[in-house]
Amino acid sequence: MASILEESGFDPSAELKIVGTNPVKHDGLDKVMGRAKFGADAFLPGMLVGKILRSPHAHANIKSIDTSKAEALPGVKSVITAADFPEKKAGTPAGDMTRNVMAREKALYDGHPVAAVAATSEKIAKQALKLIEVDYEVLPHVIDPVEAMQPDAPILHDYLRTKGVEGAEDKQTNVTEKMVTQLGDIDAGFEEADIIVERSYDSKPMHQGYIEPQGCIADYSEDGQIEVWCCTQAPFVYRDRLSAILDIDCNKINVQQSELGGGFGGKTGFYGEPLAIMLSKKASRSVKIVLSRIEVFRGTGPVSGTSYTIKMGCKKDGTITAASAEMIFQSGPYAGSMYFNAPNAMFTRYDLKNVDITAYEVLSNRQKVASFRAPCVPQIVFGVEGVIDEMARKIEMDPIDFRLKNACEDGHTTIYGDTWGPIGFIETLKKAKECDHYKTPVKPGEGRGISTGFWFNRGGETAASLNLAPDGTVTIATGTADVAGSRISISMMAAEELGIPVDQVRVKMVDTNSLGFNRVTAGSRTTFSVGMVIVDSARKCIAELRKRAAEIWDVPEDGVIFEDGMCRPASANVGDFEPLSIADICKKTTMSHGAISGHTEMNVTGAGPGFAVNIVDVKVDENTGRTDVTRYTVVQDVGKAIHPDQVVGQIQGGAIQGVGWALNEEYIYGEDGRLQNAGFLDYRMPVASDVPMVDTIMVEVPNPAHPFGLRGVGEVPVVPTMAAVGNAIGDAIGIRPTSLPMSPPKVLDIIEQAKAEGVYKG
Amino acid sequence: MAKRSHITLSVNGDEYETLCEPDQSLVDVLRNELELTGTKEGCSTGDCGACSIRLDGDLVCSCLVLAVEAEGKEIETIEGMATSPEELHPLQSKFLEINGLQCGICTPGILIAAKALLEKNPDPTETEIRFWLAGNLCRCTGYDKIIRSVQAAAEEMRKG
Repeated sequence: MASILEESGFDPSAELKIVGTNPVKHDGLDKVMGRAKFGADAFLPGMLVGKILRSPHAHANIKSIDTSKAEALPGVKSVITAADFPEKKAGTPAGDMTRNVMAREKALYDGHPVAAVAATSEKIAKQALKLIEVDYEVLPHVIDPVEAMQPDAPILHDYLRTKGVEGAEDKQTNVTEKMVTQLGDIDAGFEEADIIVERSYDSKPMHQGYIEPQGCIADYSEDGQIEVWCCTQAPFVYRDRLSAILDIDCNKINVQQSELGGGFGGKTGFYGEPLAIMLSKKASRSVKIVLSRIEVFRGTGPVSGTSYTIKMGCKKDGTITAASAEMIFQSGPYAGSMYFNAPNAMFTRYDLKNVDITAYEVLSNRQKVASFRAPCVPQIVFGVEGVIDEMARKIEMDPIDFRLKNACEDGHTTIYGDTWGPIGFIETLKKAKECDHYKTPVKPGEGRGISTGFWFNRGGETAASLNLAPDGTVTIATGTADVAGSRISISMMAAEELGIPVDQVRVKMVDTNSLGFNRVTAGSRTTFSVGMVIVDSARKCIAELRKRAAEIWDVPEDGVIFEDGMCRPASANVGDFEPLSIADICKKTTMSHGAISGHTEMNVTGAGPGFAVNIVDVKVDENTGRTDVTRYTVVQDVGKAIHPDQVVGQIQGGAIQGVGWALNEEYIYGEDGRLQNAGFLDYRMPVASDVPMVDTIMVEVPNPAHPFGLRGVGEVPVVPTMAAVGNAIGDAIGIRPTSLPMSPPKVLDIIEQAKAEGVYKG
Repeated sequence: MAKRSHITLSVNGDEYETLCEPDQSLVDVLRNELELTGTKEGCSTGDCGACSIRLDGDLVCSCLVLAVEAEGKEIETIEGMATSPEELHPLQSKFLEINGLQCGICTPGILIAAKALLEKNPDPTETEIRFWLAGNLCRCTGYDKIIRSVQAAAEEMRKG
């Protein structure tokens, strides 16, 4: 049998019965009845409460830590510092990870853990934290990434040298890497241009903003087996990294994921888990650590702040002739921004011949960067689509026509080397142009913005099992996380392939002991990758079902076909047999032959790229600078929506996260380097009364590498958002903002500038 | 160390006796003393609404109420909204049908808050729903399907 990676079996004319419908998700009932168990919702006998002491300084040498008074407090069962963790060389992946969860030589950001305690109650644990004496030598700090690149900037790590720069071997620096990405002849490209636009932009760190703070329980048994319960997007990655920093074999660490109360990239790396393990080991009791919201803001990763310049040129007919960029990505005290996504994705969707991009990743004294939907791309597309909008205005071309003029077609070879199959970018642009929103004139006093976005979508290492029970019902074991509804989509694909009702399928996210390695749930990979693996597993079951039906009928195996959930004789010549359902065969043969199961693990390839177009209308208050989004439409190529309501939900959620990033959300640091807005009151995410409904138009250009044509849908929605809002504000007030977030004070300044320059619209 | 307080709480019609610290929040006692974890704690400062409950009928953030203050009062949490899948409140049914939840962490608080709204105002406008729920953060949905779920439940409840 050919691998599903070679032959997906995609059939555009197939009549699908389940894929494309909207069944209620199986995990929904527990969630509306308050029974679903999230990270903080579990308890073990004798469990202790773990609490973390955090550095109040953005940059400080840790001269000494005295935990003796805390240890002496009745009820305190263990106290740990970095000294309790194995030594790992600084600057290596394990060295960075262990230092981020527990500061070692230096505290490198406000909120950096320096010690932790486990006690019989939360009250005692908090008292114990106050008894820990840390002798800090406060050092000058740097948070702004441009300042961090200056020759006289405070240096975070004396060992760091910039990768990708000749002659940098003996220079101390905060720049981890310089990356250059080039295509064609950039000088010739700008020579050809009739119009050149160059603008500089910046953005601040924003937080993923999941409503569930990280929560975990660790139980270190006396024989060295470790059980971890936690909310995570990456149970296997957590296990492997815990193994790496604790020097404990993977098979001694079992991670069971809880329900996940939002992640958006922020729960791809651990924080409390290694501390809970070491506290548990020392105390011989299980330990639970649940972060407070303040700790989530101070201690877990926001995204990269950026500072960058985009320069693009086009001909009078709209053809883009050249595009260049120089970009700085701010990364906290350790590398890991995934900034390389930006050069690969920022212009990708436009067919450009001449490109020259330089990107730097720069360390700074802020929380370690963590992923967020389409890491490092949306904040750069904010600038790219701003420049494109300005070019379209200058040549007086409709903004969608301008983008259509440069849009990639099927078979495009990208700047990162992939050649695409069928893609839906042009169709999304055409649908956007035809839609009611775009055809409706902009209301007086409002502005309208257009923007587009691309995301690669991902595959990757995936293992899952599909088991037929003796009664013919189906259980599926997966090792990926369900961030918003992948379980029902996986159930639907299995049910479609097996020809049974979706209610006869249940998906369980099992622990790391139960399956081979599964890559992190991120990058819009899970429904696609697990779908591939599960359809493959279902096909293995079908082969076995046919074999057993043939045996029951005493006919050759090729005399049995499987359709609509039944084994049937392939033709009248085979014989006159009543069709056998999956349940019939399981009931008849499970005892004699053993259970029927399909198991597949593979490195899934063939993810089809995704594209979206946003149309946004805004109203800007002249007196306060406040922006209200009044209408929002997203057109997105989703390949094939397995569960359309859930796909719409992904799109709407991504759009509104982008509105928050566009208008309000930012980390604000004081002169002392401390985070000043570590709470939802001051870190203002969109609330229900801030935003309108989000209209969605799904374009379905199938990805033939997937049996049902699926493309990932989770990252693309956020990519164009801030750019579209920015272009709309520019349309409303006459000057397009260049700094994220476009908060009221900044917009007020731009209104003043527009008035002074005589370009104010409003 | 100060002695813990003995309190008697009525939660969804059931009486619970427990001990708590005098400064312990109600959400903490519900979750960690009574192990009624349907009520979620997202911020502990009254900003996210995940811990929304009813206290003698009033919609409150249970992180802003001391457990000792709830002595003798009727507490209603998500666990009391339906005792079986066959008896779901229309809001619960509509959230399932319309996909008004994604990850589900904000859902208990939003359901409790929406129920309080529909008892006061059986026919709210979209704007009224949006302002009523402005104290309940959701990061997954962008609110669209939450609002539509509440509208659909209100319509069904009006039909009776």
